[in-house]
Amino acid sequence: MLHTITRIVTFIILLFSIYLFFAGHNNPGGGFIGGLMTASALLLMYLTFDMTTIKKALPFNFTHIIASGLLIAILTGVTSMLLGYPFLHQFDDYFNLPLFGEVHLATALPFDLGIYLVVVGIALLIILTIGEDDK
Amino acid sequence: MTSLHWAILAPFLLAILIPFFYKYVRQIHTGWFVLVLPLSLFVFFLQFLPITSNGGVIHETVPWVPSLGINFTVYLDGLSLLFALLISGIGSLVVLYSIYYLSKKTESLNNFYVYLLMFMGAMFGVVISDNLIVLYVFWELTSLASSLLISYWFHREKSTYGAQKSMLITVFGGFSMLGGFSLLYVMTGTFSIREIIEVADVIVTSPLFLPAMILVLLGAFTKSAQFPFHIWLPDAMEAPTPVSAYLHSATMVKAGIYLVARLTPVFGGVAEWFWLVAGFGIVTLCWGSISAVRQKDLKSILAFSTISQLGLIMCLLGLGSASLYYGYGTDTTMYTTATLAAIFHLINHATFKGSLFMTVGIIDHETGTRDIRKLGGLMSIMPITFTISLIGVASMAGLPPFNGFLSKEMFFTGVLNAATLDIFNMETWGLLFPVLAWIASVFTFLYCMIMFFQTFTGEFKEENYDRHVHEAPIGMLISPIILGSLVIIFGFFPNLLSYTLIEPAMAAILPGLLAPNETFYVNIYMWHGFNTELFMTIGVIVVGTLFFLSMKKWAKTAIYLRERDPLNYVYDHSLVWLVKGSTKVTHIQMTGLLRDYFAYMITFLVLMVGYTLYRYNAFTIDTVNVAEISPYMWILTFVFIAATLSIPFINHRITAIIVVGIIGFLLALFFVVFRAPDLALTQLLIETVMVVLLLLAFYHLPELRKEKFTPRFKMTNAVISVAVGVVVTLTALSAYALSHTNNMNPISDFFVENSYDLAGGKNMVNVILVDFRGLDTLLEVLVLGIAALGVVTLIKLRMTGREDV
Repeated sequence: MLHTITRIVTFIILLFSIYLFFAGHNNPGGGFIGGLMTASALLLMYLTFDMTTIKKALPFNFTHIIASGLLIAILTGVTSMLLGYPFLHQFDDYFNLPLFGEVHLATALPFDLGIYLVVVGIALLIILTIGEDDK
Repeated sequence: MTSLHWAILAPFLLAILIPFFYKYVRQIHTGWFVLVLPLSLFVFFLQFLPITSNGGVIHETVPWVPSLGINFTVYLDGLSLLFALLISGIGSLVVLYSIYYLSKKTESLNNFYVYLLMFMGAMFGVVISDNLIVLYVFWELTSLASSLLISYWFHREKSTYGAQKSMLITVFGGFSMLGGFSLLYVMTGTFSIREIIEVADVIVTSPLFLPAMILVLLGAFTKSAQFPFHIWLPDAMEAPTPVSAYLHSATMVKAGIYLVARLTPVFGGVAEWFWLVAGFGIVTLCWGSISAVRQKDLKSILAFSTISQLGLIMCLLGLGSASLYYGYGTDTTMYTTATLAAIFHLINHATFKGSLFMTVGIIDHETGTRDIRKLGGLMSIMPITFTISLIGVASMAGLPPFNGFLSKEMFFTGVLNAATLDIFNMETWGLLFPVLAWIASVFTFLYCMIMFFQTFTGEFKEENYDRHVHEAPIGMLISPIILGSLVIIFGFFPNLLSYTLIEPAMAAILPGLLAPNETFYVNIYMWHGFNTELFMTIGVIVVGTLFFLSMKKWAKTAIYLRERDPLNYVYDHSLVWLVKGSTKVTHIQMTGLLRDYFAYMITFLVLMVGYTLYRYNAFTIDTVNVAEISPYMWILTFVFIAATLSIPFINHRITAIIVVGIIGFLLALFFVVFRAPDLALTQLLIETVMVVLLLLAFYHLPELRKEKFTPRFKMTNAVISVAVGVVVTLTALSAYALSHTNNMNPISDFFVENSYDLAGGKNMVNVILVDFRGLDTLLEVLVLGIAALGVVTLIKLRMTGREDV
């Protein structure tokens, strides 16, 4: 019962979190909330199934995720520096993409992605570390 | 950098090389390498004699910290040259003496000579510097070197005790002196002594005059072992005897004398300076001479005698400053006599005290004891030492035909003149000076006799000594012989130095008194006729002899048996009390309980903020722009307050955590009510995670223990908490009132207007987070990452067992 619900609900939560992440620029949401939401979806899986199964399904090292998130966020800043703007100068413009139509893209997005990854990483890392600790 | 700068720095440079000499040239005593330096410096300084004796000065500047007015300025006049010659001359003799005194096999000579050279260079720096800060730097270096030398035999407990004592006292004085120098700078805007003297009249009228004077005098008095700071000097006798001879009789203790003489033109001519310097001088003179009589150890006698003689010089300098009040004329010669006597006695004291220390060192070295109760009958065994001691002791006691006699007569003249002064309220107390001076001279005579007769006359007892007693080797005797000869030469030809050294030094101490091309009249007569001074001296000899002859009777009195200076008890006890007191204070405040520290911090915060509110009358309540409060806000607030207030009364930990969670969710509701959707979302998620984490962590903890607080403690906590709440609320209300009475426009208008135009986003909060203030976000995320890694480190890398970190 729980397993079945979890299988469905996790997808809904994950979808919602991705929505929150992308909606951030114009609606409530953003990298932080999206990240926490994703983390709670994964946590739900950890709660329902046992640790080893999930580890097999999600073979991520969360420390690496934190690091890459930070790296992405910093690189966004550094890129604007390379182009001769101050650190973390953001650009945005509208693009016509096939399939999506007119899309508004901003460099704030990769920055938010960095935050998203860090938040997912730290939330899971902290909780799993404490959870696995059996001393 | 002129040659004079190099002369000051030369001892330091040589000190660097000494360890190499010591290590690689073992067969030659390291002292021989050292000896070259003071000798050549002595010759070097002699060449300035013609310049200064004609009233010339040498003034050279090397910038050090020019922006602060601190320059390495050398200034050589009569007074500086006199001291420089003393330091280099006696320095040479002491080094020569130490070569024979310290064995190259058993002593760590590298340490000794490095410290000694360091001291010598610092001393040159003190007397030749014109800049007060540079002078201070060298001054502290002498304190440091002196302490190192006192504790040369650092495995002896008494040596380290003496070193610590001298360090504490002289550094205390040094710091006060620095304070005084700073005040002088505040008053005049310069650190140069020359320039300060030029504007001395500004200083006298300044309100800072008296504090500056007292602070500077503290420095001079501690260094020169004046009452009541003299107690470090007897304990400094644990140093090797060459050190005692050099530092604690001839040079370092005269640094204070130098400072007083040097700054007489700045402070002199007023009653306070006169009374402080002369008063402390005469008290020290009496105290030192009376204490010296009680000593049973030769070096202690000499230590107290040094104290008393320094008091004498100090007193004379104070008396001499009166002439600055009058100005120079034919009728004021009588006041400048005191200054003349001070300088003359300064030279004399260096000669005879140096030689006496050296002979005591010889006796110690050859007999193995310095206790006068054990010594006796050394006259025929050590004839040369005996002769030198006789000369030194007679000069110290003030007997003709030695130089001590002359300076003592001039001292009597000085105090007798002082008694006739009609300034500075001298009418009432002036007579005390000659009376005290005479009493001190009687005791001086007495301890000289005790020291001399107990050591050299009487019966020679073989069993008192642990070695074969014989005359010292000639090398050890050269230095005292030279000093002893100087005692005699200055005694018979006192005018030898009059116009070469003494007059220029006087001109330096009392500048502005002379018309151009005029000199002080300096003539020291060997025989000055039958006058009051001579009768006073005869009286001293008669009474002193009577005392000495009746010694058997009063030698049993309790006061005679007490060797330690009573002021030592004050020092020792205050040191103990200081340690005990500070330990106690630390124990009271450092309880080790976090809740106490928290209470301190919070109380401090409350008091500071509360006082500021009160002091600036900042408290206002303004309800003009307050928005309407809807009913569900009231409900929410009420539940929120109720939940918060219930927490302190919950004894179950898990319940408490859940209530905290409720408060967090209520807060999220507040965010919803106040239209902050991002905050509400984040708050909900974070609160959930927090509660889960807290439950996870506290699940493993034992059940809450009922902490038993006294009702009073609980009361204090309640008072503090309420105070914090009230103060923060008041501050918030007052800040709110301030914000709209001053019509400050919030910056948020800018974001509202520009978030879409500039950043292309409609969610203003997020635009601020990632675009306008993206750096904050970046660093906050970094904080989160560090926290996560911290958790991992704490849990995964936990030490097993009792591993050391």
